[in-house]
Amino acid sequence: MEVTTSWYLVLGAVLFTIGAVGLLVRRNPLVMFMCVELMLNAVNLTFVSFARALDDVAGQVIVFFVLVVAATEVVVGLGIIVAIMRRTPGATADDVASLRG
Amino acid sequence: MLDLIWLIPALPLAGFLVLVVAGRRLGEPLAGWLATAMVAASFVVTVGVFLALLGEPEEERAATVELFTWLPAGSLEVSFGFLADPLSITMALFVTGIGALIHLYSIGYMHGDANFSKFFVYLNLFVFSMLCLVLGDNLLMTFLGWEGVGTCSYLLISFWFGNEANASAGKKAFVTNRIGDFGFMLAMFVAFGALGTLQYVTEDGGGVLQRAGELAPVTATAIAGLLFVGAIGKSAQFPLYVWLPDAMAGPTPVSALIHAATMVTSGIYLLTRVNPIIGESFDWLPTTIAWVGAGTALFAATIAVAQHDIKKVLAYSTVSQLGYMFLAVGVGAYVPAVFHMVTHAFFKALLFLGSGSVIHGMHEEQDMRRMGGLRALMPITAVTFIVGWLAIAGIPPFAGFWSKDEILLYAFAENPALWAIGLVTALLTAYYMSRQVFLVFFGRPRFAIAEGGAAADDHGASPTAAIAAGAETETAGAGSTTGHAPAHRPIHVHESPWLMTLPLVVLAGLALVGGAMQLPFSSDVHFLGDWLHPVIGLAENEAEIHVATGTKVALAIVAVVAGLAGIAVAARVYLQRRARAVEPALLEQAWRYDAAISAFVAGPGRSGFEGAAAFDGRIVDGAVNGTATVVRVVADRLRLAQSGYVRSYALGVAVGAVVLVGLFLSRASL
Repeated sequence: MEVTTSWYLVLGAVLFTIGAVGLLVRRNPLVMFMCVELMLNAVNLTFVSFARALDDVAGQVIVFFVLVVAATEVVVGLGIIVAIMRRTPGATADDVASLRG
Repeated sequence: MLDLIWLIPALPLAGFLVLVVAGRRLGEPLAGWLATAMVAASFVVTVGVFLALLGEPEEERAATVELFTWLPAGSLEVSFGFLADPLSITMALFVTGIGALIHLYSIGYMHGDANFSKFFVYLNLFVFSMLCLVLGDNLLMTFLGWEGVGTCSYLLISFWFGNEANASAGKKAFVTNRIGDFGFMLAMFVAFGALGTLQYVTEDGGGVLQRAGELAPVTATAIAGLLFVGAIGKSAQFPLYVWLPDAMAGPTPVSALIHAATMVTSGIYLLTRVNPIIGESFDWLPTTIAWVGAGTALFAATIAVAQHDIKKVLAYSTVSQLGYMFLAVGVGAYVPAVFHMVTHAFFKALLFLGSGSVIHGMHEEQDMRRMGGLRALMPITAVTFIVGWLAIAGIPPFAGFWSKDEILLYAFAENPALWAIGLVTALLTAYYMSRQVFLVFFGRPRFAIAEGGAAADDHGASPTAAIAAGAETETAGAGSTTGHAPAHRPIHVHESPWLMTLPLVVLAGLALVGGAMQLPFSSDVHFLGDWLHPVIGLAENEAEIHVATGTKVALAIVAVVAGLAGIAVAARVYLQRRARAVEPALLEQAWRYDAAISAFVAGPGRSGFEGAAAFDGRIVDGAVNGTATVVRVVADRLRLAQSGYVRSYALGVAVGAVVLVGLFLSRASL
C-alpha cells in the first residue's frame, strides 16, 4: 500500500482537529499550549505535503516562517504562563479571567 | 483741523484710561477735574472742526478719517473711521459741550461719594462711546458706540448698586435696550446683504446712504424699520420706554447727561442719519414713526401729570419730548427734529441738573410733596429752573418755543390730527412742568426747616409739620395711594456750591437764546437748516411745507396760548389752590403699563417659558439621554460575550474561521 499525499493531508487534518478540540476542552494552560503547537505543526505538515506534491518550494519556505513565529510565541506564552503559575499555583485557564466584561 | 476728528473721541478715551489706572490715586477732586478737562478739550477740538467745516464750501462739508481697517473679513471690510459732517459735528458739539458742563457739575454733586473717581471713569467712557456713535463713519462704528453707551448707562444707573432697586433698574434698562439692539443688528445684516457695505458715505459714492436709491422699497423699509426698532429702544419710545423712568435711580448728573441730553437722542440721530433710506421706504413706515412719536408724546405727558418724584416727572417729560422728535422725523422734518433735540438737550439737562441741585439741597429728598417755597432758599437754582420751565413750556422767546413750534408746523402740514395731539401734549407739558415748579419752588415749605433756614417763618418744627401734613393731603388729593408721612426731621436747606450752579447758569443762558439757531422769520435765519442741508438734503426728502404765513402765525399763537393755558390751570390748582388737583392713581401708576407687563410675564409668559423648559427637558434632553440609554443597554448585553475564558474566545475564532472558509469555498464554487 503506497503512502500518498492524501495520507499526510488526512494526518494533518486529524492532528489539527485534535489540537483544536484539546484547546477548547482542556483547562491546563500548559496542555492548551501544546495543543496550539500541535495545530501549528499540523499546518506545517500540510504545507510540506503540498510542497512535495506540487514540487513548489514556497510551501517549505512558509514552514520556516511558521516555525519562527511559533518559537517567538513559545517564548512569550511560556513567560506569561510561568508568571501566572507563580502568582496562583495550580491555576487553570478559566481562573485567569479578570478581563471578563 | 479736519484731520484731527479722531482727537474728539480720543481725549475722553484717554481720560477713561488714565482714570482706570490711576483714578483712586488721583482721588477727589482731581479725578473729576481731569475727566472734565478731557471732555472740555474734546469740546474745543469739536469747535475747531466745526469752524473748519464752516470754512469749506457747502457741498464739501464732509471729511472722513480712517484710522485703520477694523474688520477685514472677506467682502466685509469695516474701517475704524470717523466722519465729520454737519450732522455728526452738531451732535458732537452738544455732546461734548453739555457733557463738559455736567462733568463740572458732577464734581460738586458727587462730593464725598466713596466711589468718586469710578463715577468719572464711567462718565468719560460714556462720552467716548457717545462720540463713537455720532462720529462713526459706518453702521458698525455707530453700533459700537450704541452698545458702549448702553453699557455705561447700565453701569451708571446701578452706580449705587448697594440698593436692590437701583441694581434692578440698571438691569431693566439693559435688557429693554437689548430688545431694540436686535433691530439694529438685523438692519446691519440686511444692509450688508443688499449693498455689501456698511459705510455711510464713501468718496466714490459707494456708501449705504449714497446708494439708497438702488434699494428695493421692501429692503429699504426693512432696514429703516429695523433701525427704527433700535431707535425705539434707545430713545425710550412706546412700547420700549419702560426703562427710562426707572433709570432715574442713577445719580442725577447721569440722568441729565445720558437719560435726557445725549444717549436717548441717539435714536433720533440714527434715523436722521439714514434719512435717504427712510425716503426709499414705503410710505407707511414714516407714518408709523410719526404716530408712534405722537402717541408716546401724549401718553408720557399724561403720566407726568401725576408723578410725585421730582425726577420721575422729568423722566416722563423726556419720553414725551423724544416723542415730539420722532413725530418730526416721521413727517420728514429732520431739521426741526435735530433742532428740538439740541434745544431739548439744553433745557432738559438744565432741568435735571436743577432737580439734582434741589435734591442735593434737600438732603436726598425727591418727593415734591415734601418740598415747596424753595425759591427763597435756593435762588440760583430757582431762577435757572424757571428758565428751563418756560423753555419746555414753549413760551417765547425761550428755545423750546421755536423748536416745538417748528415740529407742530410740519405736523400740521402732514396731518392735522398729529398736530392736534402735539398741541394737547404741549398743553399738558406746560401744565405738569408748572405743577412741578409751583410745588417745588413756590408756596409754603412742606417740610421742617432747620434753624438758620432763610424762609423759616416763626413756626417751630411741629406747627410746620402740621402745615406740611395739611398741605400734603390737599396736594396729594385722590391720587395719593402711598400716603407718605411728612418728614419730621428738620432739614437745613442750602444753595448748591458754584461748581453746580455755574453749569445751571450756562445752560439757562443756552435755553434762553438757543432758539436763535433756527428762526422762522425768513430763510436767511434758518442757520441750522442751512448747516444741515448737505446731510438732510442728500436724498431731497425733507418735507416741503406749503402753509401760508398767516396760518403759521396762527399756529404759533395757538401753541403759545395752549402753553399759557397749561400754566394758568396749574397755577390755579397748585399755586392758588382754588381747584382740586387731578392726579388719578391710574396716571400715577403710568397707566399700569409696567404692572401689565409684569402680569403678562408672570402669567402667560411664565407658563410659556415653563413650557419651553419642559420641551427642553423632555424632548431635547430626552433625545440625547435616550441615545445614551440605548447604547448602554445594548452594551450591557454585548459585554456578556466577553467571558474572560480563553476557550470561548478560541471557539469564537474557530467558528469564525470555519464560517469564513465555508464562505470562500461556496463563493469559489459559484
